[in-house]
Amino acid sequence: MTIEFVKNRKINYAISFILIVGSIVSLALFSLKPGMDFIGGSLLELNLNKTAISSDQIKSVFSQFGVNDVVISAIGDNGLLIRTREISEDEHQQIIKQLTSQFPGVEESRFESVGPTIGRELKNKSITGVVFVMLGIGLYLTWAFRKVSRPMSSWKYGVVTLVALLHDVLIPIGVFALLGHFCGIEIDSNFIVALLVVLGFSVHDTIVVLDRIREKLRLMPGLEFSSTINQSINETMARSINTSLTLILVLLALFIFGPVSLKNFVLVLLIGTFFGTYSSIFIASPLLYDWYRLTQRRQVKK
Amino acid sequence: MLDADRIKLKKRTLGWLIIIVIVAVLAGFFDYGHPFSFLPKFFKTPFRLGLDLSGGTHLLYEADVSQVKDSDRSSTMSGLRDVIERRVNLFGVSEPRVETLEVGNSYRLVVELAGIKDIKEAIKVIGETPYLEFQEQRSDEETQQILEKQKAKDPLYLYVDPYFVAAQPPLTGKYLKTSRLEFNQQTYEPYVGLQFNDEGAKIFEELTTKNVNKILGIYLDGQPISLPVVKEPISGGQAQITGKFTNEEAKQLVERLNAGALPVPIKLLSQQSIGASLGETSLKSGLKAGLIGIVLVIIFMLGYYQVFGLFASLALIIYTALSLAIFKLIPVTLTLAGVAGFILSIGMAVDANILIFARSKEEIKKGLTKFRAIEEGFKRAWPSIRDSNVSTIITCLVLYNFTTSIVKGFALTLLIGVLVSMFTAITVTRSFLRVFMK
Repeated sequence: MTIEFVKNRKINYAISFILIVGSIVSLALFSLKPGMDFIGGSLLELNLNKTAISSDQIKSVFSQFGVNDVVISAIGDNGLLIRTREISEDEHQQIIKQLTSQFPGVEESRFESVGPTIGRELKNKSITGVVFVMLGIGLYLTWAFRKVSRPMSSWKYGVVTLVALLHDVLIPIGVFALLGHFCGIEIDSNFIVALLVVLGFSVHDTIVVLDRIREKLRLMPGLEFSSTINQSINETMARSINTSLTLILVLLALFIFGPVSLKNFVLVLLIGTFFGTYSSIFIASPLLYDWYRLTQRRQVKK
Repeated sequence: MLDADRIKLKKRTLGWLIIIVIVAVLAGFFDYGHPFSFLPKFFKTPFRLGLDLSGGTHLLYEADVSQVKDSDRSSTMSGLRDVIERRVNLFGVSEPRVETLEVGNSYRLVVELAGIKDIKEAIKVIGETPYLEFQEQRSDEETQQILEKQKAKDPLYLYVDPYFVAAQPPLTGKYLKTSRLEFNQQTYEPYVGLQFNDEGAKIFEELTTKNVNKILGIYLDGQPISLPVVKEPISGGQAQITGKFTNEEAKQLVERLNAGALPVPIKLLSQQSIGASLGETSLKSGLKAGLIGIVLVIIFMLGYYQVFGLFASLALIIYTALSLAIFKLIPVTLTLAGVAGFILSIGMAVDANILIFARSKEEIKKGLTKFRAIEEGFKRAWPSIRDSNVSTIITCLVLYNFTTSIVKGFALTLLIGVLVSMFTAITVTRSFLRVFMK
């Protein structure tokens, strides 16, 4: 059975279009909620050791020291995560002293504090990182496909891959904009790392299809370009899905059994991997075909 | 291929495969050696765990070098690093790490303390400005007296240095303008030059006059860093410390002197403290997830690719053993993110196998013999395996170069994972198939 990916590409374009527009809109409306990694702040994790303690009690301790904007969330059944503005080491020590004397049994298990300078740096670095990865992959693909110049020049393979990549990272960004607005999930440096990893991984499946197209063009030069593309997608679909599936299996294992602090990181990867496979099958190669048609038409006009 | 050639190939590959398996088994023992008492000590090397897994504190300071000349800044920083390392060592922390960083125009200092109890005290001690002072020798009678009192366990004298006492009038770091590494014009031997400010020059002259042929010790944070003997009274505020220095020793002394002379206050920019028990929980759940991940991947490979899948799974197990052994050997500092990177690489390690097997299946359909089809599958799948791995390697390199130490751990484990998996998924699986497929 052959599935007509190229012929039916408009439907898939529509789906992706909706997803991408949705992502951009939610990003524009809500924007990502930057965590303390980016804007500075402090984070305190307490091990309650079964002590009964209410959010209000904690808030009142913090407000004694002039820390009023306190966000408290539970971690497991025995832990509390408290996020505040950046507090100094002195304030931190006083608060801990107060908490432990008022609630014996409570233990500090983690304290992190980031100043605003570091946050700004991280932001700049993140943007540079994303640009470098995309540029690196685009250039490499242009080089790897350099021998394929008919009917499309090799840099176009690179560009198509980058478009697919952009698609793959925009969707998790959109999802996290929604999550930030509705569930208060903040993005941290791990989020950026996950996006970069999605860039690196989701290109795999695209490469598999493009590689098949490259081979087919060499072995069957007479075949029409649209059939070349369609056959290539059909022949490689199973392996594209399988390679992602093994990754998704370990990601699920990490998501369900892994450390709590990695959950958001894994979630970005899960979403990115899923849409990465989707775009490599439904978007990347059909786009190549549309580009081809565009150049053809232009040539005819000339 | 002729049958005779095939048999030859098989034999050759078998030898190779046996070596791989032996290495993998050794690697396995190296990874998890502690329950086996018969193993030599080397096998019991522990993994190097990052602070987020072992518990500890990561402190990032910014040094205010505005009062230091541009050209002296990096040597001042290295002096400061040295000073702080000496202080940190007093806390009895195993392998404390103190590093300097230059980010744009700002000079930073990273301090990592594993398994420390009193973080508050550590932060206080680290933040203190280095204190440089000159000390004079006590008179012999005084020394005798103090030693006797100490023998008698007089609590007042227990912590008194019987040999040296702060110089009178006091000469401290604020009177020292700068210190410089210089070389004797004739012998080319290094010596350390000191320059005092006007006030310091007067005090120094008084002290040297008072202490001819005696030691005038230089102390940093209460520890002696140099014990030169005064040869003659020195006026004018210029002095030299000569002796049998190597260049390194002289340079270190200069840095230490400058650390005490030049005021470089440090400010805490960020800190991260993780309790040991939280680290342990994270590590345990990470390991559990990794194990479950491996099992899931193996089940999938066996179910979908059957015999092929069996060999890919063996290769995956060899992959795990080898990578972990490499982590220990280098050694890679395993952070939580690093463990995550390794687990991800497990999911990717079989990718090459999937591509190869899918290709081999196609070749079988085309009518090739199984043996030929497998060889062809390896050959034809190679370009796409190479291209996709290169893109991951690009990502790892960018991550490694542009980010914080925590992310570096992730990038490094993922990078090692990708490289090792190219070996196991291709070479090792091919060897298995060549030897065992009919």
